Amino acid sequence: MKTISKADMRTLFFVAIIALFAPLILNPFPTESGWAQFNAGYPDLMQRFAIYGILAIGFNILFGLTGYLSFGHAAFLGVGSYSAVWMFKLLSMNIIPALILSVIVAGLFSLLIGFISLRRSGIYFSILTLAFAQMSFALAYSVLTPLTNGETGLQITLNDPRIFAAENISGNLPVTSLFGMEMRDTWTMQLGAWDFQFNIGYYICAIFLLLAFYISIRIFRSPFGMMLRAIKTNQTRLNYTGINTRPYTLAAFVISGMYAGLAGGLMASMDPLAGAERMQWTASGEIVLMTILGGTGTLLGPVMGAGFIKYFENIFSKINDTVLHGWFSWMPDGLENVIVWILHLFTGKGWHLTLGIMFMMIVIFLPGGLMEGISRIGKWWKRRNVKNDNTSHNSSTPAQ
Amino acid sequence: MSKFTRRGLIKTGATVGAGLAMPTFITSPLAAYTNAPTGGSVTLGFNVPQSGPYADEGADELRAYKLAVEHLNGGGDGGMMNTFSSKSLTGNGILGKKVEYVTGDTQTKSDAARASAKSMIEKDNAVMITGGSSSGVAIAVQGLCQEAGVIFMAGLTHSNDTTGKDKKANGFRHFFNGYMSAAALAPVLEARYGKDRNAYHLTADYTWGWTQQESIAAATEAKGWNTVNNVLTPLATTDFSSYVAPVLNSGADILVLNHYGGNMINSLTSAVQFGLRDKIVNGKNFEIVVPLYSRLMARGAGENVKGIFGSTNWHWSLSDEGSKAFVKSFGTKYGFPPSQAAHTTYVQTLLYADACERSGTFNPCGVSEALEGFKFDGMGNGPTEYRAEDHQCFKDVLVVKGKENPTSEFDVLEVVEITPRGQVEYPADHPMFAGGALGKCNPGA
Repeated sequence: MKTISKADMRTLFFVAIIALFAPLILNPFPTESGWAQFNAGYPDLMQRFAIYGILAIGFNILFGLTGYLSFGHAAFLGVGSYSAVWMFKLLSMNIIPALILSVIVAGLFSLLIGFISLRRSGIYFSILTLAFAQMSFALAYSVLTPLTNGETGLQITLNDPRIFAAENISGNLPVTSLFGMEMRDTWTMQLGAWDFQFNIGYYICAIFLLLAFYISIRIFRSPFGMMLRAIKTNQTRLNYTGINTRPYTLAAFVISGMYAGLAGGLMASMDPLAGAERMQWTASGEIVLMTILGGTGTLLGPVMGAGFIKYFENIFSKINDTVLHGWFSWMPDGLENVIVWILHLFTGKGWHLTLGIMFMMIVIFLPGGLMEGISRIGKWWKRRNVKNDNTSHNSSTPAQ
Repeated sequence: MSKFTRRGLIKTGATVGAGLAMPTFITSPLAAYTNAPTGGSVTLGFNVPQSGPYADEGADELRAYKLAVEHLNGGGDGGMMNTFSSKSLTGNGILGKKVEYVTGDTQTKSDAARASAKSMIEKDNAVMITGGSSSGVAIAVQGLCQEAGVIFMAGLTHSNDTTGKDKKANGFRHFFNGYMSAAALAPVLEARYGKDRNAYHLTADYTWGWTQQESIAAATEAKGWNTVNNVLTPLATTDFSSYVAPVLNSGADILVLNHYGGNMINSLTSAVQFGLRDKIVNGKNFEIVVPLYSRLMARGAGENVKGIFGSTNWHWSLSDEGSKAFVKSFGTKYGFPPSQAAHTTYVQTLLYADACERSGTFNPCGVSEALEGFKFDGMGNGPTEYRAEDHQCFKDVLVVKGKENPTSEFDVLEVVEITPRGQVEYPADHPMFAGGALGKCNPGA
């Protein structure tokens, strides 16, 4: 078996370290300070970072490698969530059966949709997947109400059967767990003015993220990955050389659908509720945005894109006028109101505007996404170092 | 990768080890309940829709919350704190702690609402979550609060399920519900429109719409009406013309709009534009009924609401002391009268604060005990009781009508009848509310 290259190992190691210390890294500001607003190191958001990271990695296997732009990936996410919640309702609160079923169901569902949609390519493929996703959304929202509980969302209740679980005598809703470890368990470490929250659910998500990342690396470097890239480059030529590309694209589609199913299952495992709006086309669009923002076809890009969007959604949307007034209270009244009025458009419920502007800037100036930005900085750094080395060499040459 | 040396490894190991050992002696002792306030302040989470079809209601709820916080902290004129029958609130915060708040946008989506509520609980240490302008959202957030071990004071949620099938021990609702609307409205409709009527229902396709439609259909059928059809409309619909057109040929002579907020404004406007109200079907005038009314909606729909019947939890034109005090302080601060959404959220905040004061703790179990079976007055609805069995408030219900000659843009509804509490009350195990369990209060942590 071919092992992965050193460079890839380094990337994987880097991601593992970041994931391990995320609760520390994401909480740079002391809890009581005004900057704590920008802290992202609380369990719910960290779980979202990891889960959407998995989703974006999976999407990138399809879009980044084969170039097929699916606008319906949220449907697989939703299907995964519903299957997981049903497992919690019927079997037990252990997340393992829930995750297994969500991956299987999402895989089968993507096999069906992929089989039909992959008969076309380009924009027609995108439209087909979009149509399927909207159809699933509409079904979940109204027709399949007995299965999905419609707009209210599927939730666990006290009188679900849960045949494998011990009888519930506490009178409280049971919580999701992994062999007794409760997903919501959080260990808070107080270190001076800082509070760091280490949450079991987050670390489970992070382990799955690393696993997903590793598999994605293997796919990227495999002959199968090479074939997918060939499809992106020139599918017609492949067809002329006598290769049937359909099985390859279908495999990529199903794999990325299973990734989405896993992400959906994890979402339900962290918070046992599945809502239909998870499947709406805006949710599918968000996945596309994440991937493009981070860098299509790169290994690390989609994860960064996912983190970027989720950060804006959860942090910027909570900066309301009161917070803004608090920040600028040192200014004279008139000026304060003007500044708050301007910033008001970009924070709170205006966070979409900020995100939109950032997205435009990145697409215009960094067509390769955040990853291109990083590699440019890296190159610039190298050039500078080379220059420095030269000058230091010059200066250190002994005077004649 | 060749930069790893043994010395480096030992050094790193020692640092990491020391770092891991540190917290064992600086971790604080475990609190008795989730987010027990430690400093001189306590944080409440206001989770309201700031976008989507219920955004108007959300904005008004937020105004009321801010007003309530101001009054609790001793600012303003004290509003309903002066007329409230319980006198434990003194304007000194809650239990001597200054009240602070965080806000979030539910987007009228269960997912987004839960994420927002979760971040309030996990990041901002909110000890109570309140809000919601949609029953679907309210039920989702109520479930979350039950799991997390904080109190949920429901805002505007009118579905029977909130305190029926989906009731939770940590959740409390002051607002009335679909059953109460139907029980109050049916006799009035019978008196105005007669017994022999054919009703066509357009219903918002989620828990609130379903339960309200069920309640209205049951109550009117008991009066001799016939339900011709019930069509479910997605919550995100903005153009209702395709739903209204079939009503014309259905043989119905009454249209019941089980819609709220932006939905109701659009569907009513569309029905009026189709000329439904000028039609004569089966020898009777065609009539439209909007079971759940609010001033914000009536104002949005403008001319179209004139003469249309509905029910409401509270209206600013009420002349009891509590309502007058609230309208006065709200009007002074914002320049216009409050809506029923603002009223219920303001009252809920005060009720929560009062329950904390009376029980002497923020512990959800203590608060819940103080609220269960609590009887109070002076909050604008007359004598009111929080029933212990399902955490639902029981009080009088207002039947209202769109005013024919409004004197101002706020004076759009007139109160036709105040239906007494006895007429809208139901047993806790009524079939429309059955199927759930309250469970036990959960203090979390």
